[in-house]
Amino acid sequence: MSSSAPSAAIPAEIPRHEDLVNERLVAWYFIASLVFLGTSMLAGLHMALQLVHWNPCPDAELLSPGRWRMVHTNAVAYGFLANAFLGMLHWTVPRLTLRPVASSALSYFIFGAWQFVVLSTAAGILIGPSLQDAPWVMELAAKYNISMSLGAQGIEWGETPVWIDPIAQVGLLLVAINFMVPISRARGPMYVTLWYFMAMFVWTFLVYAMGNFMSEYWVGGTSGGAVGGLFIHDLVGLFVTPLGWGMMYYFVPILLQKPIWSHGLSLVGFWGLAFFYPLNGIHHFLYTPIPMFLQYGAVIATIAVEFVVTTVIINFIGTVWGQGKSVYRSLPLRWFYTGMIFYFLTCLQCALQVTLTFQKLIHFTDWVVGHAHLVMFGVFSLWLFGVMTYLFPRLIGRDWWSPQLCEWHYWLSTAGVLVMAFDLTLAGIFQGYYWASLQMWDVSVDGSMPFWITRVFAGLAMLGGFVCFVWNLVMTYRTAPAKGAVAAV
Amino acid sequence: MFESKAGILWIGGIGFFALAFLSNALVPVLMYRDLPEQTAEEVVNARVMYQFEDLSRRYPEAFQAAFGEPTEEKCAEALRLGRQVYIGEGCWHCHSQFVRPVSNESRRFGDVAKTEEFQNELQRPVMFGTRRVGPDLSREGGRRGNDWHVVHFFEPKSVSDGSPMPNYPWLFDGDPEKPNRRGIALITYVQWLGSWLPSYPYYEEIEADRE
Ligand code: HEC
Ligand code: HEM
Repeated sequence: MSSSAPSAAIPAEIPRHEDLVNERLVAWYFIASLVFLGTSMLAGLHMALQLVHWNPCPDAELLSPGRWRMVHTNAVAYGFLANAFLGMLHWTVPRLTLRPVASSALSYFIFGAWQFVVLSTAAGILIGPSLQDAPWVMELAAKYNISMSLGAQGIEWGETPVWIDPIAQVGLLLVAINFMVPISRARGPMYVTLWYFMAMFVWTFLVYAMGNFMSEYWVGGTSGGAVGGLFIHDLVGLFVTPLGWGMMYYFVPILLQKPIWSHGLSLVGFWGLAFFYPLNGIHHFLYTPIPMFLQYGAVIATIAVEFVVTTVIINFIGTVWGQGKSVYRSLPLRWFYTGMIFYFLTCLQCALQVTLTFQKLIHFTDWVVGHAHLVMFGVFSLWLFGVMTYLFPRLIGRDWWSPQLCEWHYWLSTAGVLVMAFDLTLAGIFQGYYWASLQMWDVSVDGSMPFWITRVFAGLAMLGGFVCFVWNLVMTYRTAPAKGAVAAV
Repeated sequence: MFESKAGILWIGGIGFFALAFLSNALVPVLMYRDLPEQTAEEVVNARVMYQFEDLSRRYPEAFQAAFGEPTEEKCAEALRLGRQVYIGEGCWHCHSQFVRPVSNESRRFGDVAKTEEFQNELQRPVMFGTRRVGPDLSREGGRRGNDWHVVHFFEPKSVSDGSPMPNYPWLFDGDPEKPNRRGIALITYVQWLGSWLPSYPYYEEIEADRE
């Protein structure tokens, strides 16, 4: 069944788009996500400047680069990606199921609650450590036997302070309910996109609970490391990835106006991901005291994922086959397919770097950071930019103020992330060799300097692209509605 | 089944998640269930006490205000707080805490990491870390003196040329000679790392050899 024309189960009358999609909320989510993306980029830039000795205010406690580095990753995951995906879900799920979300009031509540979660996470990370030895904090900690800090929790990507975790957990449950109601009511075969989204609602809830509560209160030490690895990995693989691919399976066929090439490959892609991805967790902690046979298992599962990914990529190339020019002409499609090329590159990199031979050299180095930016920015952010470029004119009811600025956004972002990823990958190799050859530590730091300086400029390019986008958006809002609104497709 | 709601929710959503959870998380948990988690009190040892007392002698006023007497209980309290500072300031995003059996790491840092070392309260959540902008710290205890650490935390560049590590002046009352409660706790924590090993690291000896 193709995405744009659900055939088997069309109700007597197709509901009107306005009755299905709350466009205002979609726009709000996108705008919130952009605010946090901007914050996160500034935070990343701050850390990057610290590393090259250009930190403008080295003695300001609330501007400590260590704290801002945690804001950087958290604002990206929970502020930018989660918000943008929620906006996208509010558009796609009702249109695919032909039913509105469970409750519009609940949607607004979730919107508010989620912004509260993201903002208080940032506040907790930034201010919490300063209150660490305040008597009332110590007293609370002793009384309730909770972790002593109001600040970051010691779990990578789970730095959300412990006192916010329960709220976020409830929020995730509400999100799942809000979207599962229309999905469960829909009749007839389900489109691929909904497979990914349905599984994601279950996974994200479980993953969040596992990572944040289990590693904090139940298992520590080596096995805690295994849980932590599973958490970092599942957050990418079972939250961000299914949302991203579900989104591609929806928007690419619509923009190309033809169905996905192979239904069989879609099935392979989904079930392969669902099976192999969660088994990868421990590959984040190779050569730790975690038992070696588990490490081998994770390595093999990781290589299996790369094969699965290749089938998905082939499916999308098959879909666009013969229509290559449209990728050229349509900016949203160009965002999508550029992201897919980066996805393939990331996964190729992944299949190499997960082997124990590579791990010896590149673990702990900037290679990994380059990889992280390639996948988080180069793939998922690029896709989301594509969706936003496509949807904003429909949400606002007028064309982009300046198509040139859209192009600038594309080229600066793509070039920026490409340079950053290449630069850091190379830096990682150098660092690995400096360390293994037992040079003094400062040798590796000095040797990294040219790469770190390059990274600052690559980051500035990405930030510049972002500024073009936001400025374009503001100007689009401010200009009078153009000749007739853009029809919703 | 592969395209039905029930199949996706039960097999994909819950089943595969559970499978991974069992194999990748519960297996190590079960394997180490015989190694009980030690409390902070239990991991205080003579070496870290030596450093804790050294801090109380070097900075008597600051220490008195922060912890009073250098008892073992106070040392455990300092370790807990120090670990929270370590997490809150994001030290663990620039420093790892495990030595791998490859790439000459045991020559640079000391003994390869073992499971037993991590079975304690201060490693929940575990501080393995994933990035080394600075060196591994799991064998840092005793490697440098407390006087070095105060100056280093106040302004790393002043003892380590060109260091990209941030300054932490808020762990002091305006002067490296006056570490505050958080500062003393953090230094105690750093001095504890690796103090349980049979032999102290020989890092500075390597440096001396090179000169
Ligand atoms: C930006 C990354 C960064 C952050 C954040 C950071 N460090 Fe460092 N650290 C370094 C680098 C690089 C070095 C090596 C140069 C030097 O000695 O200053 C270092 C060195 C050290 C050393 C000396 C190691 C030795 O014996 O040579 C200690 C101890 C240390 N850091 C502890 C900490 C603690 C505790 C924190 C958190 C409060 C912290 N670091 C935060 C990067 C960082
Ligand atoms: C202005 C652009 C950016 C700059 C200058 C920048 C800089 C940085 C720096 C300095 C770090 C810490 C690296 C280290 O520990 O050595 C980092 C980590 C990270 N950044 Fe960015 N960043 C930028 C944009 C982004 C964006 C947009 C995303 C995601 C969409 C992102 C995702 C990440 C992730 C996931 C990590 C953690 C990497 C790891 O732990 O391995 N960054 N970034």
